[in-house]
Amino acid sequence: MAEPLDDYIDALSKALALPIEEAWRPAVRANLEVSLRLGRLVDEFALPDETEPAPIFTA
Amino acid sequence: MTAKPEMTAAEIASAVAACKMSALDATDAALARIAQHDGILNSFTDVTADRARAKARAIDADMAAGRTVGPLAGVPFAVKNLFDVAGLPTRAGSKINRDLAPARRDATLIERMEAAGAVLVGALNMGEYAYDFTGENIHDGPSRNPHDTTRMSGGSSGGSGSAVGGALVPIALGSDTNGSIRVPSSFCGVFGLKPTYGRLSRARSFPFVASLDHLGPLARSVTDLALAYDAMQGPDADDGACSTRAVEPVTPLLDESISGLRVAIAGGHFQKNVFPEAVEAVSRIAKALGATQVVDVPEASRARAAAYVITTTEGASLHLDRLRKRPGDFDPAVRDRLIAGAMVPAALVDRAQKFRRWYRAQLTEVFKSVDVLLAPATPCTAPKLGQVNFNLDGVELPVRANIGIHTQPISFIGLPVVAVPVPLEPLPIGVQIICAPWREDIALRVAHALEKMGVVAAPAPRGF
Repeated sequence: MAEPLDDYIDALSKALALPIEEAWRPAVRANLEVSLRLGRLVDEFALPDETEPAPIFTA
Repeated sequence: MTAKPEMTAAEIASAVAACKMSALDATDAALARIAQHDGILNSFTDVTADRARAKARAIDADMAAGRTVGPLAGVPFAVKNLFDVAGLPTRAGSKINRDLAPARRDATLIERMEAAGAVLVGALNMGEYAYDFTGENIHDGPSRNPHDTTRMSGGSSGGSGSAVGGALVPIALGSDTNGSIRVPSSFCGVFGLKPTYGRLSRARSFPFVASLDHLGPLARSVTDLALAYDAMQGPDADDGACSTRAVEPVTPLLDESISGLRVAIAGGHFQKNVFPEAVEAVSRIAKALGATQVVDVPEASRARAAAYVITTTEGASLHLDRLRKRPGDFDPAVRDRLIAGAMVPAALVDRAQKFRRWYRAQLTEVFKSVDVLLAPATPCTAPKLGQVNFNLDGVELPVRANIGIHTQPISFIGLPVVAVPVPLEPLPIGVQIICAPWREDIALRVAHALEKMGVVAAPAPRGF
């Protein structure tokens, strides 16, 4: 049975020209689930619209 | 004088400067220890014996001619193999990078260490592309814990922790993106300094996450840590993120009193998911420093999540072309994490970077009322090699994902940290001495005071 993220992984794999062998798919999916879960933790934290990203480059 | 394994860098340099020991003798002694023990520890991937002896002879020639030698004269050191070493391909723990042309010039920090008289003796094992907390490496085998060789050295600077903890060299350099100096320092029972982001040049080292990468030293004494740190400071136009601040030497300040410093224990996130040994280690340090106040670090768990998101996406971006062309040559665990990282929506990354700014402002407020925060460096002592899960309060948790939970929220905003080893039995464990940006001096002074009190120390290796 197809997993919920499989269509997304397939689409991104094509868009990025990033081949994924079937054997790797479960681990890629599991890692993506962790990344998205942690990403949601960040996402749900309300920030003012004016918030600047952290500084990296200074010239 | 004969070079002994337990000699600190300061003792070696002092003996060399006083003509009691030659730099060549100190270097040969380190090379002999590496030959004798590294078959077990597996901390070195390259031993640069010819280069080291040539450098040592040059120092001895300077001494014979009456020329001034540096504060690290004759001190053997080694570097994580993501530092460029002239003549070697910079493998960064990978199979793929071994095909690179040999580096033509040393990393800036190697040049600065050698300018101070130190002698590079080799390059050290590490987790592939630094995406690791275990010190295991599928291509080179694991570097091993010097106090129990069935256990992890910690990653990703595992060889650095193993070589210093195993007394093969008094100083090693490592990198720390999310905890990769502090974790092996904790597991291997050594001191580690992750300086403020931008303090030490990363020029000619292989990157991982540009906005989080730091380089720094590991050593068995605070004085050695400070000597190396002082030798490596200073602006460097070859690293765009390197600060233009002038050198701010710490070694002369180490013995200054720490009374009056406001020390607090980091609460919330930093007191969760910890084994009793981590609680005991923080408690011992707090007691020694008279610290009783617990300060909440707001949203530290979310900071760890944001660091994870930035790491996996910037790491994926760095390796995207290698993932396309040579996916079979990666450690599969690293490859699958990076592929997943390439698929994280950009909006989440932008929000993580904005959250980072917010979180930095919160910590700036915290450091208005305290000078030092104490937190565990790792939630546990070194796990067994290959260990997948550990049981905490009846809950099975994955080892790899949880080793860095207390280091990630700190490096996320580039705060300086000294990881200090608490010599518990049967294994040591580290505590983070965390300070405001650019206050490495305070962290090192506190670490030195704890060392003089006998509360922290690098235990002698006994695993081999």
